[in-house]
Amino acid sequence: MATYQEFIQQNEDRDGVRFSWNLWPSSRLEATRLVVPVSCLFTPLKERPDLPPVQYEPVLCSRANCKAVLNPLCQVDFRAKIWACNFCFQRNPFPPSYAGISDVNQPAELMPQFSTIEYIVQRGPPTPLIFLYVVDTCLEEEDLQALRESLQMSLSLLPPNALVGLITFGRMVQVHELSCEGIAKSYVFRGTKELSAKQIQEMLGLMKPAASGPQGRPVAPQDPSATCRFLQPVHKVDMNLTDLLGELQRDPWPVPQGKRPLRSTGIAMSIAVGLLEGTYPNTGARVMLFTGGPPTQGPGMVVGDELKTPIRSWHDITKDNARHLKKATKYYEALASRAAVNGHSIDIYACALDQTGLLEMKCLSNLTGGHISMGDSFNTSLFKQTFQRVFSKDYNGDFRMAFGGTLEVKTSRELKVSGAIGPCVSLNAKGPCVSENELGVGGTTQWKICGLSPSTTLALYFEVVNQHNAPIPQGGRGAIQFVTQYQHSNTQKRIRVTTIARNWADAQSQIQHIESSFDQEASAVIMARLGVFRAESEDGPDVLRWLDRQLIRLCQKFGQFNKDDPTSFKLSESLSLYPQFMFHLRRSPFLQVFNNSPDECSYYRHHFVRQDLTQSLIMIQPILYSYSFHGPPEPVLLDSGSILPDRILLMDTFFQLVIYHGETIAQWRKAGYQEQPEYENFKHLLVAPLDDAQEILQNRFPMPRYIDTEHGGSQARFLLSKVNPSQTHNNLYAWGQETGAPILTDDVSLQVFMDHLKKLAVSSAA
Amino acid sequence: MNVNQQTPMASPYGQPQPGYGQPSYATLGGGYPDPYGPYNGPSTAYQPGAPPQGYSPYASFPSKAVAEIPVSDLSSPLDLGSARGPPTSAPPPVSTPQAYSHYTHGDTQNGPPPMNHPMAQPAHRPPVSQPYSQSAMNLSGPQSSYPQQYGAVPPMQQMTNQMSGMQISSGPPTSAGLGYAPRPSSQPLISNTYLAAAPPSYTQAPPPVSAAPSQPPPPSEPAAPQPYYGGHPALQQQQPFPSSAPLQSQPFPLSAPYSGPPPSSQPQTPPVSQQQSFPPGPPSQQPFPNSASLPGPPPVSYADPHPTQQPFPPRGPPPTSQTGSFPPTSSPPAQYLGPQPPSQPGPPPYLSGPPPRGPMPPSSMSQQQANHLPPGSMQQPPQPGMQGGYPPQQNGAFGQPRGPQPGYGGPQYPMQQNYGAAPAPAPPPPAQKRLDPDSIPSPQASELPAVQKSRHRIDPDAIPSPIQVIEDDRANKSSEPFTTGVRGQAPPLVTTTFQVKDQGNASPRFIRCTAYNMPCTADMAKQSQVPLAAVIKPLATLPPDECPPYMVDHGEGGPIRCNRCKAYMCPYMQFIEGGRRFQCGFCSCVTEVPPHYFQHLDHTGKRVDCYDRPELSLGSYEFVATVDYCKNNKLPQPPSFVFFIDVSYNAVKSGMVNIVCQELKTLLDYLPRENPEVDSAVRVGFVTYNKVLHFYNVKSSLAQPQMMVVSDVSDMFLPLLDGFLVNVNDSRMVIESLLDQIPEMFADTRETETVFGPVIQAGLEALKAADCAGKLFVFHSSLPIAEAPGKLKNREDKKLVGTDKEKALFQPQSGFYSNLSKECVAQGCCVDLFLFPNQYIDVATLAVVPVSTGGSVYKYTYFQAETDRERFLNDLRRDVQKPMGFDAVMRVRTSTGIRATDFFGSFFMSNTTDVELAGLDCDKTVTVEFRHDDKLSEETGALMQCAVLYTSCSGQRRLRVHNMAVNCCSQLADLYRNCETDTIISFFSKYAYRSILNTPTKTVRDTLVNQCAQILACYRKNCASPSSAGQLILPECMKLLPVYLNCVLKSDVLLPGADVSLDDRAYLRQLVSCMDVSESHVFFYPRLLPLVKLDGGSLPMAVRNSEERLSKGGVYILETGLHLFLWVGANAQQELLSNIFGTPTFSQIDPNMTNLPDLDNPFSKRLREIIDSFRSQRSRYMKLMVVKQEDKTELIFKHFLCEDKSASGGASYVDFLCHMHKEIRQLLS
Repeated sequence: MATYQEFIQQNEDRDGVRFSWNLWPSSRLEATRLVVPVSCLFTPLKERPDLPPVQYEPVLCSRANCKAVLNPLCQVDFRAKIWACNFCFQRNPFPPSYAGISDVNQPAELMPQFSTIEYIVQRGPPTPLIFLYVVDTCLEEEDLQALRESLQMSLSLLPPNALVGLITFGRMVQVHELSCEGIAKSYVFRGTKELSAKQIQEMLGLMKPAASGPQGRPVAPQDPSATCRFLQPVHKVDMNLTDLLGELQRDPWPVPQGKRPLRSTGIAMSIAVGLLEGTYPNTGARVMLFTGGPPTQGPGMVVGDELKTPIRSWHDITKDNARHLKKATKYYEALASRAAVNGHSIDIYACALDQTGLLEMKCLSNLTGGHISMGDSFNTSLFKQTFQRVFSKDYNGDFRMAFGGTLEVKTSRELKVSGAIGPCVSLNAKGPCVSENELGVGGTTQWKICGLSPSTTLALYFEVVNQHNAPIPQGGRGAIQFVTQYQHSNTQKRIRVTTIARNWADAQSQIQHIESSFDQEASAVIMARLGVFRAESEDGPDVLRWLDRQLIRLCQKFGQFNKDDPTSFKLSESLSLYPQFMFHLRRSPFLQVFNNSPDECSYYRHHFVRQDLTQSLIMIQPILYSYSFHGPPEPVLLDSGSILPDRILLMDTFFQLVIYHGETIAQWRKAGYQEQPEYENFKHLLVAPLDDAQEILQNRFPMPRYIDTEHGGSQARFLLSKVNPSQTHNNLYAWGQETGAPILTDDVSLQVFMDHLKKLAVSSAA
Repeated sequence: MNVNQQTPMASPYGQPQPGYGQPSYATLGGGYPDPYGPYNGPSTAYQPGAPPQGYSPYASFPSKAVAEIPVSDLSSPLDLGSARGPPTSAPPPVSTPQAYSHYTHGDTQNGPPPMNHPMAQPAHRPPVSQPYSQSAMNLSGPQSSYPQQYGAVPPMQQMTNQMSGMQISSGPPTSAGLGYAPRPSSQPLISNTYLAAAPPSYTQAPPPVSAAPSQPPPPSEPAAPQPYYGGHPALQQQQPFPSSAPLQSQPFPLSAPYSGPPPSSQPQTPPVSQQQSFPPGPPSQQPFPNSASLPGPPPVSYADPHPTQQPFPPRGPPPTSQTGSFPPTSSPPAQYLGPQPPSQPGPPPYLSGPPPRGPMPPSSMSQQQANHLPPGSMQQPPQPGMQGGYPPQQNGAFGQPRGPQPGYGGPQYPMQQNYGAAPAPAPPPPAQKRLDPDSIPSPQASELPAVQKSRHRIDPDAIPSPIQVIEDDRANKSSEPFTTGVRGQAPPLVTTTFQVKDQGNASPRFIRCTAYNMPCTADMAKQSQVPLAAVIKPLATLPPDECPPYMVDHGEGGPIRCNRCKAYMCPYMQFIEGGRRFQCGFCSCVTEVPPHYFQHLDHTGKRVDCYDRPELSLGSYEFVATVDYCKNNKLPQPPSFVFFIDVSYNAVKSGMVNIVCQELKTLLDYLPRENPEVDSAVRVGFVTYNKVLHFYNVKSSLAQPQMMVVSDVSDMFLPLLDGFLVNVNDSRMVIESLLDQIPEMFADTRETETVFGPVIQAGLEALKAADCAGKLFVFHSSLPIAEAPGKLKNREDKKLVGTDKEKALFQPQSGFYSNLSKECVAQGCCVDLFLFPNQYIDVATLAVVPVSTGGSVYKYTYFQAETDRERFLNDLRRDVQKPMGFDAVMRVRTSTGIRATDFFGSFFMSNTTDVELAGLDCDKTVTVEFRHDDKLSEETGALMQCAVLYTSCSGQRRLRVHNMAVNCCSQLADLYRNCETDTIISFFSKYAYRSILNTPTKTVRDTLVNQCAQILACYRKNCASPSSAGQLILPECMKLLPVYLNCVLKSDVLLPGADVSLDDRAYLRQLVSCMDVSESHVFFYPRLLPLVKLDGGSLPMAVRNSEERLSKGGVYILETGLHLFLWVGANAQQELLSNIFGTPTFSQIDPNMTNLPDLDNPFSKRLREIIDSFRSQRSRYMKLMVVKQEDKTELIFKHFLCEDKSASGGASYVDFLCHMHKEIRQLLS
């Protein structure tokens, strides 16, 4: 067997799973002493080009409360045509269709390389995808124009049979009827009055289609699209809709001096949710909210329309001065739950210079697996590209999105599920493997993930329940099965089953093995998610303290040191990077609200809890590349010491892509050397980071903010705020040196952090 | 009048008469000569000019005789009256005098009247008669008869006669019934006699007669006689008759003979009765007596009557006769039973010789009445007088009927002609009618049933005729322009076409007062009970030859006003101190003249620039309002029009949606504008709705309109701002596209429920959002039962009609709409409602908002695209185009002493003085009632200034000021001399129609009757010359009060028939509340024109609204302001039919046509011209309805014959007059 590194990589590639520990402590007590819980990052729809889906139903364990899927770990008696469930040990006969089974003729799900397998199943009539645009019209004309174009463009990206709908809002909310010829019809709701789902459906004439309302031209009654005039197949209405979007006017209501435009986001969303709820429950649907500012009226309002009252800041929130915060949050949470129950996901595309109320609205996306995109204007490539990328396609030509997913986790009896953190909601499925200890969203074995993309990653936490005095036989393995049912973007219903197993290890005798099985990257992300999850409900400092304590305990557990001698402290290779991750995590916007608006924090956290491990790590500890004449581009330490005059730096923080020209380089560039043929090499040097950045931009979703700056530039702050402040105005010892640039900050540097960590870790008092 | 009526009665009686009649006639002839003529109606009439004719008419009249019954009661009163001013009374001619008296009034007139009558009457008559004769000639017999009647009418001016005649007739009624059948025969006979008697005279007389139905003549005659007779009414009368018109006397004889034969034709019984009782007396009287005698009870009554008569000793003889004849009437009033007896007794007197008196009295009574103005007899007399002495009048009256007869040769025709259709065709019906009225207890009848039954029939021609009054006024006043400079001068009637010259008081087109001579004190006002009110139509459109109010700009300071009462500068401001100050005419406060307005005074104290400034020399003018007069101190925006179209199933199916949308496309080019050169500033918006609302964005930049559906009707809001209200020219393409598509979009709708409250709310929100005033046009089809604010339930419950809870049906179901209308008014949001119901829609509730916002309600029940399209579209066009003001406030200021206390119309008042009108169009009136709060002085008179602040259709803020000054009097007589009955009726109707909201309908009716009785009684008591209590004496200018009041009382609102829906009543109720006088006049007393000769520019003379006046051979047009009927007699001449319908066959006439075929013959052209001109005169388009005689639709038509008994129990004119008389007598006793 190769190294753990390779094992981990292999597992991730095959199953999309990264465990914090790849050997599991065999008892609850030992597990808790490991500090980092047994947990994993699981990417349900990890792209597997090499994995062809099978076209039959999975075989399930017949035990009512198990229903595990037949997998390679099961013991199979080919002669008796019986298989034993590896979770509940129930012996199940194969179904008749497996009559021809033998050890040379095995179905795919029994082959070891198919620990992850995807079934295509037939469940009811295929339902088309639904895209409901909810568009804010309180925009500047320029923004609106850009948005109009983006929306019109998007129509060409949608699958032709997808249903589209359009709701626009400003002071009023308009639900546009798309089926009509001639006059464009829309139903209008005032933006201040909360309506129940039933009322909305009544008012839209959805209750009794035969008897109510100006029933337009009835389309063929069989056609499901006929039941709702507001959602129509793209191919039927794209001309119509293009015109409609083209004629989209700015909200016509006058905005008096000193006021914000009245924006009824809350009602608009409530109507969108109500509309889908009434027409297409339990069908994959995507509500896409495009908003250019905060909701300013009605339920869900985030700020009043008086400009003199600024939108809430962290300061207001801590002082409990945010009048609308709780009410609005509660309102949107209720909406999000409703949408989640019906399997509809909600995207938010917020483009404004000021905050737009993402803090309050984030749950709309967080709970439903929707995207959040935040930009300054709809007229930026950031938005345009991001939006376009929502409709990107995979190698099969299918959209990189899936709907209405449910993730079920089954564990062997030594393990229980504590919870999950990710863009999901609990389905409250109780079962034998539900742990009483909740971490993240717990108390269930099933979660709903309304919107899934190949990168959507959940953190799942487990609890070892085996008692210390009931040891597991040597060589025993624990198993976990992830069953993800979802609607593929081509409207197929699919089930992806991933079954993994790990060895149990006695933490007392095999602590070294366990230590070396530690996946510090995964663990860092997993712990970070826990921290972020806590930060949503707890005070920032408390979370930091908690994180610190966990780190210290981990170091105490695995560090090698002499008591009270910090200098003697050492960590093994498998943990060596972990403290550094924690250091950067503490400085990250996920936990540090300083310098970040509440909206930004919400935005960052949103993405953090759904991206896969690689991206999450980048978010925790940005990557820094250096370009110079001294050699090929190389990654350098995220340290102020890496900021040198003769270098170009490329920093990727996931959310931003910063190209920083060192002082000298900047001067050269200003002098225009790159234009001179004899300095072509300089030109190449300048272009190199741009090309690399472009590559990153190509693949990143959402589109990062692209920043091209130089020494002394105002935008350089993005870089300066991320690097380890190893040189500051406080430690002048570095001043005379040629390397690096001082950072004007009181933050501790990594060095100081590590010093303290060591001191605390070795302290006998801790 | 009475006479005439009586005569008719007589004629029926004719048969019996023969025997009696002859003698009676003879006597009559002798005694009645002139005066009696009238009374005797038949007899006199016969006697006078065209006895024969007269007879024939009477024969025909029989039908009328029924009506006469009540009259008979009256007649008795008349008699009493006669007693009063024997001279005058004697002059029953007085009545005629009254006619003259119009000018002078009073007994004196009576005296002169005779003189005048002869003079004037002859003059008048001849012409009249001629025309009539012609007309008669042209037309079928019946037709001619109408004209005749009219002809008579003019002379009618003095109406008093009626009473006497009435009495007489009363007797006959029963006989009348019999008589009818005979009549024909009698008529022929008569005609024969006539022919024999005075064919020549007929030719001459007939026409007159026809012109002024026999009625007038009689009165006039009496009048004339009276004057002649002077002191001895009875004798005089009798004498006069003989003397004045030997011819007449001859006629009498003739009549007698005729009566012999005619008996059958004329009230057979009457004749008999007449003969019996009155033998000596005038025929007319005789009939009464006869009747009386027949009853048997008479004796008793006689005793009574006699006494009354006795008082009249002067007339000594007459008394008896009167008693005889009149008593019945007079007594009836007191006690019906009594009356009858009296009548009986009457006979004896007559027999004894009183008869002559009897006749006399009647005549006298009529005279008196005439004198007093009231009695129809007066009028009648004049006519006779006109024709050629009193006799002529009578003759005329009779003659007319006769005339036709002669002309036609056939007696029957004459009969018919004379009396209209009644005689021939009607005879039976009339009889029935008469019987019915008697038998069916109408509210009024119920009180007097016995009386009615017992009463003698009264000749309808003998009672005051509206037609006559109208024609007289037209003849006298249409030639000269009416100048407003003279204070207290009553304007011509609304039916008269005249020009107005503004010389300091507002034109009557703007303001009409009930009294132009107000009592000085509250006591007087209370005593007289004459309402003091003004009907104000602030934005009335003026005929092209009159100059619209000038615009005055007083600069930035705004109009100059009195410091204290804030009255605006007007001609009543007195400049003093060399022009440096002015004293307010209203409150006497002295105010400095601002320097920029200073001007020197001339030697008379007038400003030098007086005639350069409209506000100093004119009654009506406009000020430019400054920003101080604007809401929120901001100049207003131009108003907006918003169209709300119901697109529910019913609306679409009826075709309404399609029609509206089609029409709007063109109509939008005619939005109101002040400068025809410029596009209208009015912006428009469109909404359709069923149970949800669909707003439309029609912004000019759009390629297609956008529909915005608002389903949240519970909490209405405006879904869009920009693009909802647009300029028509800018958005024309989009709007047209929209209007094209609306019918298509909803063609398949299955939605049947509608909302209404949210519709108004939406309009209100729209105007609020646009910050402008405006008007909502709501086209609505059904009861709003969909769940929404203002939801209504069906509460139609006919069982409540007639109970004390009936008033609830006129009240809105909930307060929702009242509250809503308040908001509308505050925003200047006027609502016009077009209803297209197929069933109960609760107009009472739905109309709340329109009524409170100065809007209009139009109702098209069972709307059908084919037949109602034109009416609806014309209404809509007019409604959209008509000039109007928005967001208006009206304030009426008065000089110290009176105060505006009550207001009627379509508006809202948040305090007691300011009338707030969200919209005020050119057809809307506000009626203001004044009360004394102090004394007025005769020198200064009473001043009123009506100022209306409004926003014009171009968005200008303006102030229109109307000033009006009327005289004040300390003598009641002056008050009664200068009243405007049409206006009074208009006021009464509005008052009553509002009262039913809070008071049981019956109480309202009783109150009305009571007040009118008080008015008339007060006159009788204080102004009329003493006369027999049994005589009905009416003030000249109020002599039509009873007939009009009766029309009000039996209108659908106050006395609904079984087929009148609650919606109709509520609709009419609100409609009347803002009618101007001209509309309310024709509404209550429709215009009925015979289509005789239509060549020339003038209209044929109208006939009275009674079935009796319709000739089976004629075609008539009837106009009410809301309805237009073309009645075709079953025997209409083929040529006539061909000319009108293009088919000579009666049966081939399509009763469903709403427009006459476009035929190329002068008659058809002229007829269509007339119809068009009628339509153009009214604010609402009248759909033409062709009614074929005997067709089932005739019932509808008959409903508008308001002098007849109505199916719902409303009294006939004659009955009511009797009732009125009784009431008056009660008050007096």
